[in-house]
Amino acid sequence: MFLQLFIINKSGSLIFHQDLSPAAPRLSSNDSLRLGSTFHSLHAIAAQVAPIASSGIEKLETATYRLRCLQTLTGAKFVITAQPNTPELEVVLQGIYELYTDYVLKNPFYELEMPIRCELFTQHLEKLVERYNAASR
Amino acid sequence: MAAPGQRLHILDRKIAVPGSSYAYPTTRDTRVGIVSASSNAYAAAGGRTTEVSLSAFSFLLSEMVQHVQARVTSIDALERRLEEAGYAVGLRVLELQQFRDKSVGKRKTRLLQALQWVSADMWRALFGKTADSLERSTENADEYMIHELQPITNVFVSVPPDLGQLNCAAYIAGIIAGALDGACFPATVTAHTIELAGQEANITAAGGPRCKTVFLVKFSEEVMRREAQLA
Repeated sequence: MFLQLFIINKSGSLIFHQDLSPAAPRLSSNDSLRLGSTFHSLHAIAAQVAPIASSGIEKLETATYRLRCLQTLTGAKFVITAQPNTPELEVVLQGIYELYTDYVLKNPFYELEMPIRCELFTQHLEKLVERYNAASR
Repeated sequence: MAAPGQRLHILDRKIAVPGSSYAYPTTRDTRVGIVSASSNAYAAAGGRTTEVSLSAFSFLLSEMVQHVQARVTSIDALERRLEEAGYAVGLRVLELQQFRDKSVGKRKTRLLQALQWVSADMWRALFGKTADSLERSTENADEYMIHELQPITNVFVSVPPDLGQLNCAAYIAGIIAGALDGACFPATVTAHTIELAGQEANITAAGGPRCKTVFLVKFSEEVMRREAQLA
């Protein structure tokens, strides 16, 4: 089951955060903002300290959760967390990226790099996640 | 890191992201544009396509709305400016379709014929489908309503709460007004957002849109006078 979704813009601030299931840990909005920028910094550090050319953190596998990160060409990061053994994290991230390009970028009332408040995006995101959650059950 | 080709799907939906099962939100074809009965002949003759990508259209419209929004102070003014932009398109669509559909022959002289042409033929040429319904107002004889569940101007648009009743389909309202005016049926056309209720809500409950757009067509007095004489 998926837990949470974070979208981080290219300067490292959190522009979207959503709990994807009731099992997601409760975070205050300040906590999620902090978490978003911390991940952004760790991602940058990881890319620099790697002994080979690296694009940063792609996934984390732990005993209690999985994390997958998709960095787009424009520098935005889509980060999803899920319970261990949840399959298809990267496929879902691609789906979410597609929803973002449709319902956020083509929306005349969205300002780039600003927090995402697009009703249609949230609606379709919920539907997408529901479909994957139902399939993995 | 994303593969180099992946960014292209923002511009053209035909390039699918491998492994993605995301379905396009409507069953409608993802391309919009001038598709008339003779478009095949056109394509064969000149080798040019008469359809445009929905993404390209959406980006262009989005830029237009932002451009206008920066220059107006009220929601009303924003809608008027979008209508003005559509008006010129309407005039041209009328001309072009009349020219292409030679089978149609004579131009429309009666009010209902003109409205039906707009909600069926013009709609098909522009959006690849007919309007969802055409109704006459029960209160005023000079008012008609064209219903559209999901106008292509609204496919990707979420209107923020502070802009209230704004409907980007004002652009399409302008197209309708332009086409009708060009055919000598001057009318004011406005786009309104209506929440779906009852039966319609059930039909589209399975993930469809929650609102529909109603284009209110109010004909000017001279049209109604002429229509009375012709009857």
